[in-house]
Amino acid sequence: MKKASWILCCGILYSTTLNAKTIKVGPHQEIADITTGLQKLSNGDTLIAEGGTYHEKNLVVDKSIVLIGINHPVLDGENKYENISVKADWVTVDGFTINNSGISSTVDYAGLKIYNRHNVTIRNNIFNDCFFGIYSQNCTNCTIKNNQLSAHQVQEQRSGNGIHCWKCDTMQIIGNTISGHRDGIYFEFVTHSIIWRNLSNGNLRYGLHFMFSSHDTYAVNIFENNGAGVSVMFSNHVHMFHNSFRENWGDGSYGLLLKEISDSYIDGNIFERNTSGIFMEGGSRIEMYKNTFRGNGWALKIQASCMDIKLKNNNFLGNTFDVGTNGSLVLNTFDYNYWDKYEGYDLNKDKIGDVPYRPVSMYSMIVEKNPPAMMLFHSLITTLLDKSEKVIPSLTPENLKDNHPLMKPLQL
Amino acid sequence: MIKIVKYILLDILRNKIVLAYTIFLFAITFCVFSLEDNAEKGLLTLLNLILFIVPLVSIIFSTIYIYNSSEFIELLVSQPIKRKSIWLSLFTGLAGALSLAFIIGAGIPLLIYVRSVTGLMMIVNGVLISVIFASLAMVAAVRTRDKAKGIGFSILLWLFFSLVYDGLVLFLLFQFSDYPLEKAMIIISALNPIDLGRILILLKMDVSALMGYTGAVFKEFYGTEKGLFVSFSVMILWILLPLLYSLRKFNRKDL
Repeated sequence: MKKASWILCCGILYSTTLNAKTIKVGPHQEIADITTGLQKLSNGDTLIAEGGTYHEKNLVVDKSIVLIGINHPVLDGENKYENISVKADWVTVDGFTINNSGISSTVDYAGLKIYNRHNVTIRNNIFNDCFFGIYSQNCTNCTIKNNQLSAHQVQEQRSGNGIHCWKCDTMQIIGNTISGHRDGIYFEFVTHSIIWRNLSNGNLRYGLHFMFSSHDTYAVNIFENNGAGVSVMFSNHVHMFHNSFRENWGDGSYGLLLKEISDSYIDGNIFERNTSGIFMEGGSRIEMYKNTFRGNGWALKIQASCMDIKLKNNNFLGNTFDVGTNGSLVLNTFDYNYWDKYEGYDLNKDKIGDVPYRPVSMYSMIVEKNPPAMMLFHSLITTLLDKSEKVIPSLTPENLKDNHPLMKPLQL
Repeated sequence: MIKIVKYILLDILRNKIVLAYTIFLFAITFCVFSLEDNAEKGLLTLLNLILFIVPLVSIIFSTIYIYNSSEFIELLVSQPIKRKSIWLSLFTGLAGALSLAFIIGAGIPLLIYVRSVTGLMMIVNGVLISVIFASLAMVAAVRTRDKAKGIGFSILLWLFFSLVYDGLVLFLLFQFSDYPLEKAMIIISALNPIDLGRILILLKMDVSALMGYTGAVFKEFYGTEKGLFVSFSVMILWILLPLLYSLRKFNRKDL
């Protein structure tokens, strides 16, 4: 009986695909523009657009159809319109070039906007100089995959976000390349979603901006050379695995800015050449394993408002300051990390140092208490102070120490 | 005067200590750059070395040289030569030799490895600091006939500028931590040639981003052409004031 119903199901599916129409539009076809083509279609049909430039003004997709572009046909928004508005479920937009959406300070124009829909797929598109790139509001289970978004605005006000998700659930943002927008990827009130294998570089503000979004994962992304790095705020149950945060260098720029984050995991990430690798404020119950901090100004700035942060098996290599903090209260644990500045010894040869390592230097405490002391950066006296503090700690927090520092860096 | 300068310069260059100093600088600079794959890190290491060693060698070598040539000075004074030109040629010889040693020792490797504004800034500052501390040595040497006392005083001067001064700054910073001190720090940094040199070089590097608000205030001042002009004028003042003071003393001194 079960088998029979399965066959029936397949049969129904097969017959529906047989019924579905496919229409070709293009300069050399009977129908020259997509809007006219769309009127002839019903749910489940396919529209194939050939290469060329289309001036559709605002293309509204209100039927569940598949839009396929051959040779990346160009949809030009003439800096006035929203190029595509998706107002139906089960829509696929594949292989288009979407250029020059409108720019406004009152309306959020986007290259492609999805209005309150589910199961929409946007893939293999190229977005050039759009205000917002892909904007999804109140959507469920949409896939945004392998798109390239670039913009060239200089001012933050004249630029929108690359991939903008607001109040969504189960979104999949995979394999996109975003550059030159305000925020590369923007998440607000987005749950149960994944951001995977994206490259976000050279954006004006943040590579990834993440607010009020819980139960999300972002993995294997590269965030590089963005105005202020990546910021993750007011969220819980966030999983960050194997991302690279690189080259976010400048005043007020962070590799990863964490504010009010709880119950999260930060594992296997690489923080390289940022002014601050991680800046953490008001975090709780965060576990950080197997991350690499290399060549940062501050590897980790962890404010005294954080609690139950566990740092284990991380590598700290070539940072100017390892850890900075602003108070003497320490509710976090550092254990089994490798610190290249560690000067202790290992008598019993178990590869674990016999004396604890204190990652907070005297000078970084002084600077935290008294910022103008930065005037003495790299001077002889600060070096001497750091050395003497290592011998007899007085100003640095007593409990902020790694009791089991590793003698050799971990192979990560 | 040119004749005396030439004689003194040749005498110093024949001196093995300056030669050793040159080779030492050369070796260290080369080592630093070949050990570090990152030129910026090499520059930072070099910055600490230059701000530590160059003033020390300059001031102590100059002081000792002046004491050692006291008989030569007495001989020259007995000739129909102005005291002013004797003293100034002594200074010119010392400053010239030390600058030359720095340019050859540290300047050449710097130009090879770091062809940027930062490298140039480091060379200019190194030369200026060499000259400033030669000028301070003149003060130390003219104050007393006792060689031990003179050298002691010059070491004290070096210690003051490279360590004690910064300690005092730190103390002041904590005493007046309730006040906005960023602007005041600009003036305070100009009162110590080593600090001034360090900040000028640091501001040209990427690490200046770590200096936060203070760094931004410094950059706003020292980054402009006017600021650069002011800071180099201050450096020149640091050469001229001790030199003129020592010249006055030397003119009135009973040899």
